Amino acid sequence: MYVYDQYDQQIVDDRVNQFRDQTRRYLAGELSEDEFRPLRLQNGLYIQRYAPMLRIAVPYGLLSSQQVRMMAKIARDYDKGYAHISTRQNVQFNWPELEDVPDILADLATVQMHAIQTSGNCIRNTTTDQFAGVAKDELIDPRPWCEIIRQWSTFHPEFSHLPRKFKIAVNGAVSDRAAIEVHDIGLEAVHNNAGELGFRVSVGGGLGRTPIVGSFINEFLPWQHLLSYLDAILRVYNRYGRRDNKYKARIKILVKALTPEVFAERVNAEWAHLQDGPTTLTEAEVARVAAHFIDPAYQPLQDEDALLTDLDQQHPGFARWRQRNTCAHKKPGYVAVTLSLKPTGIAPGDVTDKQLDAIADLAERYSFGEVRNSHNQNIILADVEQAQLLALWGELREQGFATPNVGLLTDIICCPGGDFCSLANAKSIPIAEAIQRRFDDLDYLFDIGELELNISGCMNACGHHHVGHIGILGVDKKGQEFYQVSLGGSSGREASLAQILGPSFAEAEMANVIDKIIKVYVEQRAEEESFLDTFRRVGVAPFKERVYAANH
Amino acid sequence: MQRIIKNGQVIDESWHLLPKDATLDGLPNCDDLIVPLALWVDHNKALLARDGGLGVWLEAGEEIEEIADQLDCFQVIALNFPAFTDGRHSSTAYLLRTRYGYQGEIRAIGDVLRDQLFALRRCGFDAFALREDKDPLDALKAFDDFSEVYQASSDEPQPLFRRR
Repeated sequence: MYVYDQYDQQIVDDRVNQFRDQTRRYLAGELSEDEFRPLRLQNGLYIQRYAPMLRIAVPYGLLSSQQVRMMAKIARDYDKGYAHISTRQNVQFNWPELEDVPDILADLATVQMHAIQTSGNCIRNTTTDQFAGVAKDELIDPRPWCEIIRQWSTFHPEFSHLPRKFKIAVNGAVSDRAAIEVHDIGLEAVHNNAGELGFRVSVGGGLGRTPIVGSFINEFLPWQHLLSYLDAILRVYNRYGRRDNKYKARIKILVKALTPEVFAERVNAEWAHLQDGPTTLTEAEVARVAAHFIDPAYQPLQDEDALLTDLDQQHPGFARWRQRNTCAHKKPGYVAVTLSLKPTGIAPGDVTDKQLDAIADLAERYSFGEVRNSHNQNIILADVEQAQLLALWGELREQGFATPNVGLLTDIICCPGGDFCSLANAKSIPIAEAIQRRFDDLDYLFDIGELELNISGCMNACGHHHVGHIGILGVDKKGQEFYQVSLGGSSGREASLAQILGPSFAEAEMANVIDKIIKVYVEQRAEEESFLDTFRRVGVAPFKERVYAANH
Repeated sequence: MQRIIKNGQVIDESWHLLPKDATLDGLPNCDDLIVPLALWVDHNKALLARDGGLGVWLEAGEEIEEIADQLDCFQVIALNFPAFTDGRHSSTAYLLRTRYGYQGEIRAIGDVLRDQLFALRRCGFDAFALREDKDPLDALKAFDDFSEVYQASSDEPQPLFRRR
């Protein structure tokens, strides 16, 4: 993974001092609440329902074991002993004291971490595939490009006060696990016919109040021009994006208003001035960054199909876990393992300090000392030897990470919701738990198969409900918490937005509603047909009919 | 008299900023004036005929392209921040310096606060009229916020990756 040199370290150290002084001035009354708010937000610090929430940046989800131990220490020293993995692959702490935040940042800086631009109207953490660098279907490793974008976006002087937040995602694989088409900018690394590297560029995707799938405005941007082209997009947005209404301020609204074609013309006109300027990337820089992402010292191994099949037969629980929680690896004899942070009864994505220490330890013993956070709010050990899988499974079971539900209905993406977040209209964690309890039969869960269920406590859509195969949105109706259900969303290739099923439901009805939806799917599906495919074939009507039947 | 930051020092202000609805009526001949864009557009000949210094100021939504071929007329271009979180004129300053070659003073006016100064200077601002309740001497500390930067901008033509 990327290791700071003196320049990177200096910038992060300077930031710690700057924020320490900003906090001091706020506490001394020299900065008003309104003046401090944008400053603290650009450092990931929210004032929440009970306490501040601090969001720490995990660039493109990658963490060293040393950094994971620091998360554990912060959870212990400054929080109530746990942390939360967010849907932007970041880490959130729900209970720090404002006065402690400068010290937390100083601790983070000792392990090359920070909270820079994890909130506010600026360029946020660039995200990517949680299996970057190891996925079997990968064409280009997106991580060096994410790091290059991270550095370009960090304290970009011109784009520190954009109309609204700005999110970039990069994909380099056949499958799109980074959901690039629902980002402000989505970049897909591709080769052209001549074998040269470049990017397909999508703009104007996003969730939130007005969910939109992005439009590709450039089919092949040669890699040298990546940053100058990003500068051009951001400049057009910074100058012409709406600032009169925060709900219409995302770039997607500008792209839609201008049309993607006209927006592309504006970007190209701006870029014409920048092309081949000093921000043009050099081979030396790309090589410098890419050198941090070379393969670890893999052993020359063979795939262990026979051994694993044998183990599957001896241990049905292992077989189930292996089927759901492991992912094919590009190197023979290796496999990527997802630690499920979705056991029933725990808020999705929550992890304790003791578990974090255990993860750091497991990473060192099984996976070259690195882990990744996924936007699905799980943690991945990316480089595990297949021959070690049984031993690892045993250890994961002891730590509560072996729930065999990755990609299944109970692997719910869920924002912190009304239990913590002051923006939320409704709670989301209890809904997740009620659904997990209803679907606690593993045979049934496996029979239902691949299903993404996403819950957001408000229309800011941190739980990505628009792109869930089943999406749940918390809404406020005259002070009561209700839940709107939508079906058929997808964040992968051919991204689609979910359709609203109909009127919303009370909390107590939610598990029943999901149960009915699943029953319709099970009845209607063709053999081997996924929930999403069935929905796309039969449409919303049969689901609607069943769910609302009792109300008539 | 207001004191402003100019080239990293606090100095006495010598220019008069005219309000948005200013007219030619009773304009002093010799004072140094920063006039609103609309007045310039309507009366540029009369304004150029004066003996005093001339500057122009733009609202956050006004575009520099409107006067891009007249920049030689101005000793000062002031760019207004209705709120310090409105970043449009960061782009304006950058374009003035790097695309239009403007070498005169670029002054930030309006809701200008200490914690924005480092980035604004990078974009090309060299003068800052802080919000009246703020101490410009205190704000000078902002220029030391960072000792290294990643991006090329108007203050540093080479991005860090070409210098490291």
